[in-house]
Amino acid sequence: MGNLPLEGVNVLDFTWVWTGPTTTKVLADFGATVFKIESDKRWDVWRISPPFKDDEQGVNRGAIFNSINTSKKSVTLDLSHSKAKEIIKKWVTWADVVTDNFAGGAMERMGLGYEVLREIKPDIIMMSSALMGQTGPWHNSPGYGDQLSAISGLHEISGWPDRIPGEIGFYTDFIAPRFNALTILAALDYRRRTGKGQYLDCAQHQGGVQYVAPSLLDYVVNDRIATRQGNDDDYAAPHGSYPCKGEDRWCVIAISTDEEWSSFCDVIGNPDWTKDSKFSTLDSRKANREALDEHVASWTVNETDEDAMTTLQNAGVPAGRINDPRDHMDNNPQMAFREFYQEREHPELGTYRPPRQPCILSKSPCEIKRAPLMGEHNESALKEIIGLTDDDIEELVVEDILH
Amino acid sequence: MTENEGLLSAYRVLDLTDEKGLFCGKLMGDMGADVIKIERPGGDAVRNKGPFYKDQVDPEKSLYWFSLNTSKRGITLDIDKPEGLDVFKRLVKSADFVIESFTPGYMESLGIGYADLEKINPEVILVSITPFGQTGPYSQWKGPDMVMWALGAGPFMRTFDSQDRPPFRISHHPQTYFHAGTEAVVGAMAALNYRGRTGEGQQVDVSIQECVSWHPIGDYDFNNRVMKRGTTLNPLKVTHIWPCKDGYVMWRYTGGPAAQRHSTPLANWIIEEGFGDDWFKEFNWEEFNHFSSTQEVVDHMEKLTNDFFVTKTKSELMEGAIRFRIMLYPISTAKDLLESPQLEARGFWTDVAHPELDDTIRYPGKWGNNSETPPTISRRAPLIGEHNEEIYTGELGISKETRRELKDAGVI
Repeated sequence: MGNLPLEGVNVLDFTWVWTGPTTTKVLADFGATVFKIESDKRWDVWRISPPFKDDEQGVNRGAIFNSINTSKKSVTLDLSHSKAKEIIKKWVTWADVVTDNFAGGAMERMGLGYEVLREIKPDIIMMSSALMGQTGPWHNSPGYGDQLSAISGLHEISGWPDRIPGEIGFYTDFIAPRFNALTILAALDYRRRTGKGQYLDCAQHQGGVQYVAPSLLDYVVNDRIATRQGNDDDYAAPHGSYPCKGEDRWCVIAISTDEEWSSFCDVIGNPDWTKDSKFSTLDSRKANREALDEHVASWTVNETDEDAMTTLQNAGVPAGRINDPRDHMDNNPQMAFREFYQEREHPELGTYRPPRQPCILSKSPCEIKRAPLMGEHNESALKEIIGLTDDDIEELVVEDILH
Repeated sequence: MTENEGLLSAYRVLDLTDEKGLFCGKLMGDMGADVIKIERPGGDAVRNKGPFYKDQVDPEKSLYWFSLNTSKRGITLDIDKPEGLDVFKRLVKSADFVIESFTPGYMESLGIGYADLEKINPEVILVSITPFGQTGPYSQWKGPDMVMWALGAGPFMRTFDSQDRPPFRISHHPQTYFHAGTEAVVGAMAALNYRGRTGEGQQVDVSIQECVSWHPIGDYDFNNRVMKRGTTLNPLKVTHIWPCKDGYVMWRYTGGPAAQRHSTPLANWIIEEGFGDDWFKEFNWEEFNHFSSTQEVVDHMEKLTNDFFVTKTKSELMEGAIRFRIMLYPISTAKDLLESPQLEARGFWTDVAHPELDDTIRYPGKWGNNSETPPTISRRAPLIGEHNEEIYTGELGISKETRRELKDAGVI
């Protein structure tokens, strides 16, 4: 046995786009054998969507695909063909975990629902990450992460109070994979102890809503509906993004204690305005945010974002540069030290730098392998796991099933 | 609230965290673990953060505290004092997990770093949640939510449409800490699987900065390209967030073969309700491409759509979206969520009794409807020192006199 936490765990992975593949990346990076079942009949959109390496389109050249499918293997199968489904059913006997993230009910319609799989493998763990879950009046609604963030209450509290809700992209796409992964991992341990598998009907919506829980209680109890408040914070001032030297450079500052305030004033040389009673306490600073922000910006604007951040943090004042991708990857001493992005060789990309998992296990850290080429493991998987011969595989090719 | 078996019912967790890590223990508690929140005597600082029950500022009435500490028991203990440390070490013997969020080095300085805990209990898994992780040049830096957004999720913030104003974070409670708490459970569960095979515990080092570095930046890695803030690869200005009669909805037009499933059914609905002109009725969605069309075309279709949307409420539009299978969703408020027929049908809400408030409060419940062992809120957040007697006397066998001495010494 090797040293990875999920050594020996087998995963049959039907997920696509973002949330599902990000979930199974966790399993693969931690050592599970994950076969991604995909097809050009039903493209994983990140196989065919930009950005591509050197802006040259190619199914193995996508930046996002290669980042969120590390450490997996790829097999192409056209599941509309009954023979492909028979192969999958054999494959299920090998699997510990089966995953999908289609809209609710899709696996069942394909004849690969939990009840069917359980017949084949009684202790199988199946995880479906549908937007809305497998049941309820909206269960078969498809959608993307931006739409799910909207309905989950996150857009309403994003942006500026005097404007329409701000766009926060595909935010819940970063939430659902974690709930999926932790549930699968806990279910694997539960199965180890009890012998019981189960169906994990993880609704992305129900995960996303967890992140607005305090505001929900505020409505339930106090009838108050939380809305957007820009960068204001009830427990800090100054609190916001402040402009620095250069084009579109920013440093955030977040001061919540008197000690931090006094250190901040020292760092900026205690100019006269800091002695104004308008700014002497947290409450008075909050009451005079606009004037305060102008004063703070009058200092930051003459500093580089990096100098402002470093000087303030070294004095115990919370501050941070708003990283752009270049800063994040190539001018980030902290993450460079911890080797968050890891260079890997790839047959079509040369080298590239996918991220590892964001936690380090002291005895069994994750191991990142490059993402698979499309169909790269067709032959080896079909021979070793399904037991097909060269002739069988040739037949599948002729019947146009392996694509 | 039920006593169902949970995925983690076999395990005990000691939770030493502050705001940064409380969500981790909450999730493990909801999954059935016996989570003991260890607070400093007098109660944790986060109890002073709102919102508060009926706006009564009181450490026993923080709704923020309530939401982050369901399914936990609570004791008070000062681990800075030697007597307190001894009690903590006794608890570690029966613990499967210890979760903490102190500045790196602090646990070691008290003699309870992983190397020490491992000697007490070789199976224990120590989960450490900090802004920048246990190592590296920033490990001692401060990391409130706003700073974690900037240094972790900065590339993501820069995609938000706010070019004429500063980059913003999501308002209210620290989103980055929710991510850290959830990720910490992922790490803890990976370590648990390792322990299941080898019998060994270990330390899980969770960096919040890394937790929120989710935004893919491969375009920079692959093509050395850094987009201007708030811009996308699309040269056209297209609307995603639209006003309607009682709020906002999210919708975007797409063309090509996929239009059948997205744009066409909405266009038909708009036409059916009399908001489409002749041009719109004849529009070829198969040929439309929301990247390469013209601004004039986009503006015109958006004007008609806007005129239609403002006559409908969020829930009317959502009903239509379900009926016609259109990928349109409302921008929900807290009220909308509480009234959602979907969340109701999924059994999402959990009514939790708060006897000392003489009230029952409705909480967001399970994130997954697991067939065997769904997450369940087993109890409301603990009061300050609520389970001192139960745990110190009942489980550790500390006598009443000793407990009084510890209390007088300010340890519990």
